[in-house]
Amino acid sequence: MEIDFTHHQSAHCENGVVSNLMKHHGFQVSEPMVFGIGSGLLFCYIPFLMVNHAPAITYRVMPGFIFKRFANRVGIKIKREKFKQPSNAKKRLDENLKKDNPVGLQVGVYNLVYFPDEYRFHFNAHNLVVYGKDKDNYLISDPVMEHVTTLTSKELEKVRFAKGAFAPKGHMYYPIYIPKEITLEKAIVKGIKHTCRDMLAPIPIVGVKGIKMVSRLIRKWPNKKGNKVANHYLGQIVRMQEEIGTGGGGFRYIFAAFLQEASDILNNPKLKELSKEMTQIGDLWRDFALDASRLYKNRSGKTDGYNNIADQLEIIANKEEVFFKKLKKAIK
Amino acid sequence: MKKDDVPQDKGSLESADFKELCYAVDENGKYTTVNSSGWTPKTIALDNAIEDINERVENAKQRVLNNETSPIEYYMEYHKMDLGILASYVGLWRWRVKRHFNPKVFNKLSQKKLQKYADVFDVTIEQLKNITLHGN
Repeated sequence: MEIDFTHHQSAHCENGVVSNLMKHHGFQVSEPMVFGIGSGLLFCYIPFLMVNHAPAITYRVMPGFIFKRFANRVGIKIKREKFKQPSNAKKRLDENLKKDNPVGLQVGVYNLVYFPDEYRFHFNAHNLVVYGKDKDNYLISDPVMEHVTTLTSKELEKVRFAKGAFAPKGHMYYPIYIPKEITLEKAIVKGIKHTCRDMLAPIPIVGVKGIKMVSRLIRKWPNKKGNKVANHYLGQIVRMQEEIGTGGGGFRYIFAAFLQEASDILNNPKLKELSKEMTQIGDLWRDFALDASRLYKNRSGKTDGYNNIADQLEIIANKEEVFFKKLKKAIK
Repeated sequence: MKKDDVPQDKGSLESADFKELCYAVDENGKYTTVNSSGWTPKTIALDNAIEDINERVENAKQRVLNNETSPIEYYMEYHKMDLGILASYVGLWRWRVKRHFNPKVFNKLSQKKLQKYADVFDVTIEQLKNITLHGN
């Protein structure tokens, strides 16, 4: 059985699943729109969560939040199910496919056989859509892939029941109620306000303050942790910013694309200007990644190198602080 | 980022023949999407991470061969796991898994426990006990 489902590639998995499911149900909602309304943009330094032997840094909100907020703000109801027994998880999935209902799944990346080996890490908050079944093969629309793919039922069970942080426990979700018409205006304003609040939060590890904190830490790492560990941590920052494992980078650009789209919908030219500004900030993040990668490629333990990129981060933090204050005013 | 600046460097994605999607602005300043084949800074970061893992695996292998640790640690590193992840896969407390790193304790493990580890690592019990049988 195969559901008539159109696959669109996206930059980030969760946005992509939501956007693709919305399009399937007849609403043309773009990936940036999902990201913006769902207040996906965030910066958070999480020292107590070690990922791949380095502290975690996230550039977006917790897995699942984007969909949850998006749904709340546009008035969609989603059903979410988790399972103890893999057999039950499979049964419920098959039932939905029989009813022509494509479902979103949260899965672990490590056993996703269609990913290149280098990309397979123990990261459990990847999202994809199952839209059919052909004998023992499930038809998969993984939003970060160019084309659709398949997984055998055994392979799918493995990724649905991956273990570790964010263990998906067979997590599956799908909309059960979608209003006849959805209006985006209010949802957009709510989404933007929330992002501003997050990014300007008076908490040391979150938002602009979090970026400043990481900048201060980078200065200390070479002396405190030694050259090797400092390089490893730095690599982790870049990987979390850019890699597929955490859902793909370029969040600043997606947010800028959202502001551009929102500017037309709200008829607010200020947002278009701010979109340009966010694009420039996105470019600064890329420059930072480029210089950081040069630094650890040369493996030089020179502290000026570290101070240099820490300076760059500090500049970014200051620019973002100004930016989000302006954004907050622009939608009042 | 401008459309023409979207990096098309050679990366590890090339071998897998897939490109990722990037958001960038076109000539008129309008946002659009472009496929990218890879970006060198990312490739460097990824290569570094892989190198680091390989070092850990090699290190664990030597220590197993010197009888300083049990094969469980080798297989754990090989599968890019850490203690917490492995513990949740086998359904044991972390300290118990750590104890099984001790070769003396490992040699006394029951068939049932060994099978559990073997299943998680997708190897036979013989391969679990003797890492030289592990084809990589």
